[in-house]
Amino acid sequence: MTNRRILEQKTVLVIIFLFALVSVFTTFGIIGVLLQETILFFEQVSIVEFLTGTRWTPLFASKKFGVLPLVNGTVLVAAGAMVVALPLGLLAAIYMSEYASTRARSVLKPFLEILAGIPTVVYGYFALLFVTPILKSIFPQTQAFNALSASIVMGFMILPTVASVSEDALSAVPRSLREAAYALGATKAEVATQVVVPAALSGIAAAFILAISRAIGETMIVAIAAGQQPKMTLNPLESIETMTAYIVQVSLGDTPHQSIAYQTIFAVGMLLFLMTLVMNIISYFFTKRFREVYE
Amino acid sequence: MNENSEYILETRNLNLYYGNFLAVADVNIKIRRHQITAIIGPSGCGKSTLLRAFNRMNELVPTARTEGEILFNNENIYDPSIDPVEVRRRIGMVFQKPNPFPKSIYENIAWGLRINGFRGSKSELDDLVEKALRDAALWDEVKDKLDQSGLSLSGGQQQRLCIARTIAVRPEVILMDEPASALDPIATLRIEELMQELKKNYTIIIVTHNMQQAARVSDYTAMMMLRNHEDRSGTVIEFDRTEVIFTNPRDKRTQDYVTGRFG
Ligand SMILES: Nc1ncnc2c1ncn2[C@@H]1O[C@H](COP(=O)(O)OP(=O)(O)OP(=O)(O)O)[C@@H](O)[C@H]1O
Ligand SMILES: [Mg+2]
Repeated sequence: MTNRRILEQKTVLVIIFLFALVSVFTTFGIIGVLLQETILFFEQVSIVEFLTGTRWTPLFASKKFGVLPLVNGTVLVAAGAMVVALPLGLLAAIYMSEYASTRARSVLKPFLEILAGIPTVVYGYFALLFVTPILKSIFPQTQAFNALSASIVMGFMILPTVASVSEDALSAVPRSLREAAYALGATKAEVATQVVVPAALSGIAAAFILAISRAIGETMIVAIAAGQQPKMTLNPLESIETMTAYIVQVSLGDTPHQSIAYQTIFAVGMLLFLMTLVMNIISYFFTKRFREVYE
Repeated sequence: MNENSEYILETRNLNLYYGNFLAVADVNIKIRRHQITAIIGPSGCGKSTLLRAFNRMNELVPTARTEGEILFNNENIYDPSIDPVEVRRRIGMVFQKPNPFPKSIYENIAWGLRINGFRGSKSELDDLVEKALRDAALWDEVKDKLDQSGLSLSGGQQQRLCIARTIAVRPEVILMDEPASALDPIATLRIEELMQELKKNYTIIIVTHNMQQAARVSDYTAMMMLRNHEDRSGTVIEFDRTEVIFTNPRDKRTQDYVTGRFG
């Protein structure tokens, strides 16, 4: 009887362990393939040219492999998205954790979750067919594909991430700190902005960085609405191209698979991977620091 | 309003609820100015609930509800025209577990001054911070590390920092909910000595589980107990000078409790 139970438990453990192993192997597999193709690419193109060049024309006859225009596009859109998502997300989090009644929260939370559940392709068409025309009516020089509409819509897409991770951080601030502040005669606004938010700062920073990393990696919205013109520009009304959108463009296009043009997507993908990895690691350390303070 | 009358606080027919649960029932006591009043009684009889009624901290619990009046210098603090923020500024509170802000030692004190309208110069602020730390008997231990986090101090130091933070804003009353229960005997002694100092300028109400502490530090003692075991509502069953409560109580239940015969 007991032997059988022990055997059962062991079997379950082994199975769970195998599943865990699958995800580890998948990760390493992906990194391995990426690395291999990236190395092949850098055997033909200098890594310095790749990282410092300001022209990106691998799909044309005169090939230039400077990735900076793609990075420029990615950063431009992500920065715009953060301008939307940070303040709104933080305000939503403060509202939910400090002000909202239980009822208001029970309405708002599902709403944010729905926002987070909308397929990104829907956001993409929303940017292209709804936001861009509005922008055009305000700024007539707006191009049909532009960074700004993608930014705005992406901002709303990552808003739930910012709001919910920040809210977790705010809610984790011990009640005793709020009470200490109230007992000194602090108003609700003073408690929220001068005690709770600073105490949750590293958790909020983690939310922001996680959001940046999602913005950098986001693909569908930019592929649909931001254009395919790798460009060094800071004008958000122009058509640009992000790293992700470029990868989509080549993957779906008719570029021959063994060509150097095709291999660019692995190098770009690798760079993208490294950028989001660094962001996630920073975010992880912020979260960990936050836990150490309060647990 | 007579700021010099003998009594600073008075409860009238005070009932304190959590939802439908009447946690503290029908309390009528008068707190004397510049005296230390202890609230004692078994766990769960509503000591903290009663204490937190005095500065409207109970309102932070969404289900909490208050009936009756608490007069502070003859003014009902539960009057709809009264701002609870103002009440809490004048009736400060020190909690069971030290809860300094995760800010510097200096900021822990300066913050309360600023939110209460301090607009003076940096050197004036420095002076006020130093005075509060001196009054809380902490200055000598922290004067060289004011910019370190308040959380870096020992438990007893943290609690004195919390007291310093409270007295910096010059309240009239300080409420203390088992302020020494998380501290070792030496730190406890320091807090008790400090209370005797503070008594000159402040009125103190302290909740304590420790009979000897109540006997040592307080001038008056309120004995709380559940009224009966059906409704589980706590109330003040006896309120008198501390030596009367401990040596010659009127109520048999008080006698049993203070002599440790309470089961
Ligand atoms: N936030 C709350 N919501 C609902 N009921 C509460 C709440 N806080 C306290 N109570 C209840 O009110 C009663 C009195 O609690 P209170 O904390 O005032 O007792 P206490 O005398 O301070 O106890 P202790 O000595 O253990 O600190 C208890 O029955 C408790 O369960
Ligand atoms: Mg208590």
